[in-house]
Amino acid sequence: MHELAITESIVESVEDHVRGAKVLRVVLVIGKLSGVVPDSVRACFDVCTEGTVMEGALLDIEETPGRARCRDCAAQVDLADTIALCPCGSANLALLSGQELKIRSVEVV
Amino acid sequence: MCSTCGCSDGAETRLTLFPGAHDASHSHDANQHGDHHHDHSYDGHEHHHDHEHPHEHPASRTLQLEQDILAKNNHLAEHNRGWLEGREIVAFNLMSSPGAGKTSLLERTIRELGAEIPICVIEGDQETTLDAERIGATGCPAVQINTGSGCHLDAAMLADALKRLNPRAGSVLMIENVGNLVCPALFDLGENARVVIVSITEGEDKPLKYPNMFRAADLMLLNKVDLLPYVPFNVDRCIGYARQVNPALRVLQLSVLKGDGMDAWYSYLRERPAVRDGTVF
Repeated sequence: MHELAITESIVESVEDHVRGAKVLRVVLVIGKLSGVVPDSVRACFDVCTEGTVMEGALLDIEETPGRARCRDCAAQVDLADTIALCPCGSANLALLSGQELKIRSVEVV
Repeated sequence: MCSTCGCSDGAETRLTLFPGAHDASHSHDANQHGDHHHDHSYDGHEHHHDHEHPHEHPASRTLQLEQDILAKNNHLAEHNRGWLEGREIVAFNLMSSPGAGKTSLLERTIRELGAEIPICVIEGDQETTLDAERIGATGCPAVQINTGSGCHLDAAMLADALKRLNPRAGSVLMIENVGNLVCPALFDLGENARVVIVSITEGEDKPLKYPNMFRAADLMLLNKVDLLPYVPFNVDRCIGYARQVNPALRVLQLSVLKGDGMDAWYSYLRERPAVRDGTVF
């Protein structure tokens, strides 16, 4: 369970950016292949934000799907998880998206 | 501490130095990382929401950050990478489930290769200094990081441990991560290469069950191959699964206990892999 450390990083980064402003909403982007479980981040969020400018803020998480390009046939394929094959049978895939782990925006007052 | 998952916030991390190393915590300003601020633009124009808020906040504004959540760790990892590179130290991040043989691998490696290549070790465990004591008993400089309830090492912990260990220029640094095939995969430490160890008693399906770890690795060591006659483990299938997740993964088979395959591992260490970029996957 690394989501606590991840959530702490989020709180730290946001605090650095907002410089004391009250945070009403945080928007995250978490890719399906990032290795981070959105529900676990949600579970940690309230604990981590307690006593900070983010306490009580809403948490929106955009989940981005996994996508890859096959290095053998050049086709683009959707990935449900990190173990996937191109329809051509190749496992030699270059990930294009799905690994995102970003703070998109924060709404402050 | 998190009431949900039990991880710690890092406040309880402890460092212990073992024989052979001298405490260098007073020096190395190069590793004092300042806070890292990024520029961001304040969105001054009026902002409309397409959703209901349960409360009023007329003057709210949205800051577009688009910042990598692991940016701080990655920034510190780059500092570590530069610090190590400047001293021509090659660092390996060893990861596995508990009991795969990381510490035994290090003990044998130090015993057989230590005279040729100076080796020092950073040990990561939740609790106890047992592993660093084992390494220290070989005469090799070692620092134990205890993460408390934390489940992985991060770049800040490595920076602190480097200050304490002060590895000599030109040496090989072995970082034994917390035994865990999940969390350590995400955290760049500043290493040259990531080594994942699987012992054949664990089952051949580990690469499929923990794909992020195997995708993040540069080398897979299959340990305990001396037990192959006694356990149902299909080596080819395991390697096939691992390459399905990471086609570029190198694989070596060895038995730390009996010594089979150790020469190939030593050859790998002598190659001194070039500094990798910070990309975990």
